[in-house]
Amino acid sequence: MRLAKSAPWLRAAVLLPALLLPFGLAHAGKTLDQIRQRSQLSCGVSTGVIGFSSVDSQGNWRGLDVDVCRAIAAAVLHDPDKVKYVPLNSQQRFTALQSGEVDILSRDTTWTLTRDASMGLSFTAVTYYDGQGFLVPKKLRLTSAKQLKNAEICVQSGTTTEKNLNDYFKAQGVRIKPVVFEKFESAIKAFFSGRCQAYTTDASALAFIRSKEAAKPDDYQVLPELISKEPLAPVVRRGDDEWFAIVKWVVFALIEAEEYGVTRKNVETMKASPNPAIGRLLGSAEDSGKPLGLDRDWAARAVGAVGNYGEIFQRNVGADSPLKLARGLNALWNKGGLMYAPPIR
Amino acid sequence: MSGRRLRSLGLQVLLAAGLGLLLWQLVGITAANMHERGIQSGFGFLREPAGFAIGESLLPFDSADSTWWALMAGLVNTLRVALPAIVISTVLGTAIGLGRLSPNLLLRGLCKGYVETLRNVPLLLQLLAWYFVVTDLLPAASAALKIAPHLFLSKSGLSLPWFGGEGGAWFDLPVQGAMAVTGGAVLTPEYIALLFGLSLYTASYVAETVRAGIQAVPRGQRDAALALGMSRVQGFRLVLLPQALRSIIPPLTNQHLSLTKNSSLAVAIGYPDLVSIADTTLNQTGRAAECIALIMAVYLVISLFTAGTSAWLERRTGHWAQRS
Repeated sequence: MRLAKSAPWLRAAVLLPALLLPFGLAHAGKTLDQIRQRSQLSCGVSTGVIGFSSVDSQGNWRGLDVDVCRAIAAAVLHDPDKVKYVPLNSQQRFTALQSGEVDILSRDTTWTLTRDASMGLSFTAVTYYDGQGFLVPKKLRLTSAKQLKNAEICVQSGTTTEKNLNDYFKAQGVRIKPVVFEKFESAIKAFFSGRCQAYTTDASALAFIRSKEAAKPDDYQVLPELISKEPLAPVVRRGDDEWFAIVKWVVFALIEAEEYGVTRKNVETMKASPNPAIGRLLGSAEDSGKPLGLDRDWAARAVGAVGNYGEIFQRNVGADSPLKLARGLNALWNKGGLMYAPPIR
Repeated sequence: MSGRRLRSLGLQVLLAAGLGLLLWQLVGITAANMHERGIQSGFGFLREPAGFAIGESLLPFDSADSTWWALMAGLVNTLRVALPAIVISTVLGTAIGLGRLSPNLLLRGLCKGYVETLRNVPLLLQLLAWYFVVTDLLPAASAALKIAPHLFLSKSGLSLPWFGGEGGAWFDLPVQGAMAVTGGAVLTPEYIALLFGLSLYTASYVAETVRAGIQAVPRGQRDAALALGMSRVQGFRLVLLPQALRSIIPPLTNQHLSLTKNSSLAVAIGYPDLVSIADTTLNQTGRAAECIALIMAVYLVISLFTAGTSAWLERRTGHWAQRS
C-alpha cells in the first residue's frame, strides 16, 4: 500500500503533540523545599536602581531590596550570601516570577489591586512607602505641579507612573503630554537635554537622579507634590502559603527588631534580654520559627546578616547613602511613620 | 486525480492537521498553566478604559477611551511613520542605487560611501544618534526658534499651522506660550528622528537592491538596445528597467517589510508606536501573553498585506515587461 510509506510521517504528526503532554501543568510545588534543595535563593531584582538594587564597584549587589533577599537567605539557608540575583526589567519581572525563574521578586514593585488579584501573585509586606513626584528645571520657576499646563513630561514605561500621571492631571483638569521611553537612560537623557519640561517617577529615585545624573544639581528642583501612593513590597507566587508567610514574617521581624532596638551588633547579647518580646523574636524564649517551618534562630540570623529595618534604610537610602532620604512615611509607627509589624508571638 | 497527487494532498492535509493540533495543544497547555497559577487571562481588558495618556496620536484619544482604541492609536502611529518612510527610502534608495552605476567617479564614490556607512551601523544606534542630536541642538520649547510666522522649531518638535481650530477657524496657528508652543500640528522630535532614521537606513539596502537588479540584466541587452538605435535613456527605460524590475521587486518587498518591523525600535526614543503602547498596556494589565499575541498578529497582518501588494505589483510589471 502506498500510504504505508508515509506511515512514519503520519505517526510523527499524530504523536508530536502527545509528546508535549508531560510538559503540561507544571506543579507549583513547595518553594521552600526547592530553595533548600538547591541551597540558593533566586531573587528577582532591578537592572539598576540605586539604593534599592544595583551593583557596586566591586560587583556586589547592594540596596534595600537586596538586603531583604539576604535576610531571607540568612533565615532559610543560614547564609545571606546564598542568593542568586536575577536582574529583571519592568516588562520581564512578573513573568519571571510567574514562571518560577525566581522565588521572590524584591524589586521596588508597587502593590496594586490588579497585580495582587489577577496575576497569580501575592504581595507580602511593604518594605518602602514611596510616592510619585516631579523633577523640573529651576529656570521654569514652578512652585507646584499644577502649573505644568501643556508641559511635556518624560517618563519611563512599564511602571505605575504613566497611569498616576494621567489620573492626577485629569483630576486637576490640566492637559499634559507624556513622552514615554523604554529605557531609564534614554528618558533621563531626553529630560536633561531639555526635551521635556519635567521628569516624573518615584520620589526616592528623583532625589538620586537630581544629585547624580544632573550636570548641575542646583539647576533642578523636586516639586513638593507627591501624586500617588507607591507601597513597594516583595512579591511571591500565589499558591504556596508557607513561602508567602516566611517572606512576610522575615520583613516583619526586621521591623520588629528596630522597634525593640535589636541591631546587627547587639543581636547576640540581646538574646539574653529579659524582655519576652525580644526573647520570642530571637528564639531565646519561645520558638517562633517552628510555625514557619524554620528553626528558632531564623530572625536572629536575618538581623545579624543585614541589621534591623532602620539600619537597612540608613545604609541604603538614608543618611549613610548618597540618596540621603528622610525616614518620612518609612519611620516606625510609634515615630510618626507607617512601619508597623504585627506581633511575633 | 492520480494516485500520486492524492497521496501528496493527503500528506499535506495530515501535516496541516498535525500542525494545527500542535498549536492547539500549546495554547491549551499555556492556558491551563496560567489557570493553575491563578493568572487571569482573556481579552476582556481590551474593553476596559486605558487609563494612560498617549503623547501624540492621529486618532482622537483620551485616557478614558478603551484599551482597544489605545492600541489602534498605536497602530496608526506605526503606519504614520512606516508608510512615508517606505516612500522616502524607496525614492532615495533608487536614486543612490542608480548613482552607484553612474560613470561619474565622484558621484559613484559618494553613493558607495553612503551605502557602506549607513548599512553597517546598527539601526538602533542611528536612531539614538538622530534623536539626541535633534534634541540637543534645538532650543527649548519655552524659547522656540521661529523659522517663519507661525512655524516654530524647538526641542518639542516642528510646530506648523494645520486645518481647523477653536471656534470654527480655518487654520489652527501655533503660538509661543510660557511653557511651550501651543496650537497647530506638531511633528515631534521622536517622529522626525524615527522617520529619518528608518528612511536613511533602509535606503542603503534599497540602493543595493536596485544596483544588483540592474546589473543582473545581461550586458548584451544594453548593447543590443544601443545597436537598435535607442538612446541611452531609451535603452534604460524600455529594455533594462523592465527586466531589472522583475529581480528588484521581490527583495524590495523584503526591505519594506523590514522597515515596518524595524519601526518597533520606536520605544527606544519615546515614539508611541504599537509596541510602545502594547508595552504600557502589558504593564498596566499584566496580560503578557495576550499583548504579545496581539502585536504578533498585527505585524503578521501588515506584513502579509505588504507582501500581497508586492505580489500584485510583480504580476503587473511582469505583464508590462512582456508587452514592451
